[in-house]
Parts: sequence; C-alpha cells; structure tokens
Amino acid sequence: MKVLIIEDEEEMLQNMKQTLEKEDYLIETATDYDSAFLKIGVYDYDCILLDISLPGKSGLEILKELKKRGISDGVIIVSAKNSLDDKLEGLHLGADDYLPKPFHMAELNARIKAIFRRRNLQGDTFIEIENLKIDIENRIAFVEGEELLLNRKEFDILFYLASNKNRLVNKTALAEYVWGDHIDQTDSFDFIYSQIKNLRKKLKDHQAQVEVKAIYGIGYKLVSL
Amino acid sequence: MKLLNYTTKYFAAILLFALLIFTLIFYFQMLDEIYDSLDDGLENQKILVINRAKKDPTILHKTSFEDGYYTIHPTTYSEIRNVKDSYRDTLMYMLNEKDYEPVRLLETAFRQDDNYYKLKVITSMVEEDDLIEDLLYSILWLYIGLIVGVLLLNNWVLKRLWRPFYSLLNKLKNFNIEKEQSIDFEKTNIEEFQLLNLQVKKLLQKSIDSFKAQKQFIENASHELQTPLAISINKLELLAEKEELSPKNIALLASVLENLERMTRLNQALLLLSKIDNKQFVEEENLNIPEIINQIVYDFSDFAKHRNIKISISSQDAIQKFMNKDLAVILFTNLIKNAIVHASLNSIIKIKIHKQKVIIENESETGKLDHQKLFSRFYKVNTRKNSTGLGLSIAKAIADKYGLALTYTYDRHHLFIVDFTKNSQVT
Repeated sequence: MKVLIIEDEEEMLQNMKQTLEKEDYLIETATDYDSAFLKIGVYDYDCILLDISLPGKSGLEILKELKKRGISDGVIIVSAKNSLDDKLEGLHLGADDYLPKPFHMAELNARIKAIFRRRNLQGDTFIEIENLKIDIENRIAFVEGEELLLNRKEFDILFYLASNKNRLVNKTALAEYVWGDHIDQTDSFDFIYSQIKNLRKKLKDHQAQVEVKAIYGIGYKLVSL
Repeated sequence: MKLLNYTTKYFAAILLFALLIFTLIFYFQMLDEIYDSLDDGLENQKILVINRAKKDPTILHKTSFEDGYYTIHPTTYSEIRNVKDSYRDTLMYMLNEKDYEPVRLLETAFRQDDNYYKLKVITSMVEEDDLIEDLLYSILWLYIGLIVGVLLLNNWVLKRLWRPFYSLLNKLKNFNIEKEQSIDFEKTNIEEFQLLNLQVKKLLQKSIDSFKAQKQFIENASHELQTPLAISINKLELLAEKEELSPKNIALLASVLENLERMTRLNQALLLLSKIDNKQFVEEENLNIPEIINQIVYDFSDFAKHRNIKISISSQDAIQKFMNKDLAVILFTNLIKNAIVHASLNSIIKIKIHKQKVIIENESETGKLDHQKLFSRFYKVNTRKNSTGLGLSIAKAIADKYGLALTYTYDRHHLFIVDFTKNSQVT
C-alpha cells in the first residue's frame, strides 16, 4: 500500500509517517503543491493524506488538480481548521474523508483502512487475527468458525481494536468511534470498561487466541495470546 | 420628556408670562383711552348744556336726572369758588338693567346772570368688568391659539428639522453589533447632524471592527492550537506504544495525554462557540426534537448506567424546529450530559416534553445554582477536572441563535427548560 502524506508541519508529518510505517505501508511525503505533484506524477498512491492549510497553494487547490486528473479517490483531508466549508468543499471535490486535527493515531489508521476497504484494495472484507475472523460487511465475528454473539457496541469495539491490532488505542478515540463524537466531553470513560469486560468474557469463553489488554489510563490493545 | 415637548413647555411658560404683562398694559391703556373719550364727550355736553341754559333758563332748575343726562343746582360763589371740573365714576340705578350701573360723572360749575350754578353731567360708561372679561377671553383665545401654533410649528417644522436626528436615534436603537452591519445614515444639510452622523459612523465602525477582530482572534487562536495539540498527542501515543515503558511511566504518559485531551476539548468548545457566534452553521432542516432527544439519551445510556442513573422520557408533544441539526444535537447533548454528570448517584433524570417545552430535571447535592453565572463561560460549580465550563454557554449560544428561551429554575431539583414556543422571549 502506498500512502502519500502532504503536510507542511514537519512534526505532524513525522508522526503520521511513523505511525503508518508500523502498518507496513510505503510512505512518501510532500510539503507543498509542487513537491506533491512531483511525487504524484511518478507514482500512483492508494491513499493521500492531505493537509488543507499549506504554504502557497492550499490543499484544496491540490484536490482540484487531482480531480481534474481523475485521481482524487482515496484522499483523506487532514485539517486543523475543522471548518464545515472546507469539509463540504473537500468532499465535493472528491475527497473520501475528512479528519479534523487533532486526531488519534488509531482513528487515522482506521480511516485509512476504511479507504482501502472501500476501494477494495485489500481484496476482502474480513479481518483475521489468529483464530478470530471479523466479517466487516455483515458485522459478524467468528472464533474458529463459530459465531461470537456481540451487541452493536461490543462489535464496534472489537472491530476498532482489530483495525488497530497490536496498537495502543486511546480510550477517547475508542469512545468517540463507538459512542459518537459527542461523548467526548463526558467526565470519564470508565463506562467503556463494562462493555470491554463483556467482550473479554465472550472472547475467552470462545477460546479466542486474542485478548483485549488494558494499558493503564491510556486505552486498550488487541494482542495475540 | 421628549425634545419636542420640552420646546412646547418652554414656549408655553414664556407665552403665559409675556401675554400676562401684555394684557395688563393693554387693559390699562384701553381703559385710559376710554375714559379720555368719555370725558371729552362730557365736556362737550357741559358746553352744550351751558349754552342751552342761556337760551332756556327753565332748565336751570332741573335738579334731578330723571329723563335727562344732567342736573343743575343753584349755588353760591363761596361754594364753587374752589370747584374745578371733576370727573369721577359713580353708580346710578338703571331701569333697563334694574341694577346700579357705573356711570361717568362730570361735576362743574358755571355762572349765568350773576347766579352761580353747579352742573352735573353723566354718561353711561362701559362696564369695566365686562371689558375685563372680554379682554380675558380674547387673551385666552390668543394664548391657546399661540400654543396650538407652537405645537404645530414643532410638529411640522422642528420635526422636519430634527428628522435626521430621530432617524439616527431609531437606527441606533435597532443596531445589533452581532449582525455586523453598519447603519445607513440619512442625508442632511444641517452641519451639526452631518458631524453627528460622521462621528457615530466612525464609532460604530470601530466597535464592529474590534468585535470582528475579537471573534476572529478566538477562532484563529483555537485553530492555531490544534496543530501543536495534535502533534503532542500523537507523539505521546507513539511513545506509549513502545514496549519498554514501565507501568509508572505509562501512568505519567496517561496523565499528560489526559490533560492534552482536556485542552483539546476546551479548544474545540471555544472554537464551536466562536463558530456559533460567527454564524458558520448555515444548513438548516426541519427537525423532530423528541427523536433527537431519544437518540442522545440512547447514546448516553451506557454512561448513565455506569453512574447508576435512570433517565425517563415522557413525551406528550411533537416538537418540530427548523434549525441546524448539529447544533440541535449539541444543545440537547450538553444539557443531558450536564444532567448526567451532576446528578446524584442512583437518581433519576426526568425529561419531559410537553407544551412545546423540553424540561430536563435532575437532582444533585448542590443547591440552587447562580442564575446569572450559570450560562457564562467558564462557570464551574465544582472543579471537576474534565469539565470545560463551556457546555452550558454553548447550549445558551445555540438557544439564543434560534430564539429559544433556555432557562434554569430550582425547585429542590434542577430544571433546565428549553422553550420552543414561538414568541418566547430570549432573556
């Protein structure tokens, strides 16, 4: 998988690069319009992470040019502006997704995977980890071919953790994904725990070879046993 | 008191005083003139009587007025030696009026054939009280006429003259800085008003500019903070993924992350507030409010369950409102979240939807909250570390934007009421 990150903020760029390299993607970077099109002219990318506020020509200009060339698929706009106008214009110009800064790495990862899935680049709509298999389209999880009966939230948690397997998923990111954006201002995310507990129990009962590991105070991680 | 009435008031007072003096002078002059003319007439009659007496001595013994206008009494020289013509007012019984009426009397003396006679000539006099009365009425009418004149003048001329002023005043009254529209000034040829308009215009522009700048500043500052926050959070997340960290260090990291996330929330809340203020939520649709509330309650059910709080919804009313969906969701999310966060453990939150009102009721350990400060930014009842202190002010800003009344009352329980009634006043 080839991913191009267009971002003028060096540190932000490095963060995204590091995180995506862990997923074994091939990462290229650009910092402005010209350097972006130098790269785009040479390679085809499966996904482009595009910052809106770039020096000189803005990210939207890049998007316009991409659309003109018919290669605007797989673009995720990454913007600190979080403005509705940018979002609407970006999506209108053919971007696939819009991710406002600041975001959690787990969320970035999940969005990129969703793009790949949508573009059918990974071939199937299943995630397989050890003896756990998740049918994303039908929202069903199996262990050794036997269906794991999960409620909506348990499935969402499992799916999100599986999308970020072996990676630490911030509990805020998890809560926002499962319970919606507006949950983020709640007092604490302790309430996530009861769903995690149920999920763990079900995984264990079915002798899954994965478990949900808690990282104290930060979040959770799906690891192979 | 209005400017116009002030002029009228002063005119009325000045006219009253001036007319009073004028009337007095006029009255006495008039009277003087009348006496002068009466006395001239009497003198003329005196000469006529004396001449007639020379021709017809019989009249020398007419001692009573009866049917005449004179009397003649014989007298001696010693008695009339010092007599000069004297005019005076006296009363005489008038048959037609059946009353004593004032008459003017001339007393004089003359000599005829070495006999001395005393002559009295009278003439009916204008009734002084009638004159005064007439004069008073005339003056009164004049006064009323003048006042009416002044009023008309004020209403006509002054109102026309002051029109630019009143127009400015009216526009200032309706001016709302949040609309960021300067006002159109009426053209005028009056120098003072031109100056006034110019200065007001400058002042308004300055206020609007600084209002804009302030809003823009908050928005820009929030935007600028997003990137460093994103970098820090992501770096810490990457760090936390490293296997070699000890649980102690992980706990430290967790604490830093938590605070950075808190900062992010605060920043996003500020950004949201300024976006509401900057009217950046344009898209509106007809929303089913009870449906939205049900969805929010469902979203928060796990959170409420965790605190062992029950949420009951009694919906007896369909509320439709044309507004931005995100803002409607944020409005009720904030109110419901607020209720859950502050409710006592093991309590019940009641949400009632009836009569175009949404009432969210919760109990808590704290008593009545401060009305004034409740919806202001950064007001916190207790220092819960994750509270931004902006939730209710965001709710208020949204309610204000759509002309909904968001109020708080306390009756052993806390009640937050959103009133969808059309003409509800925004307080």
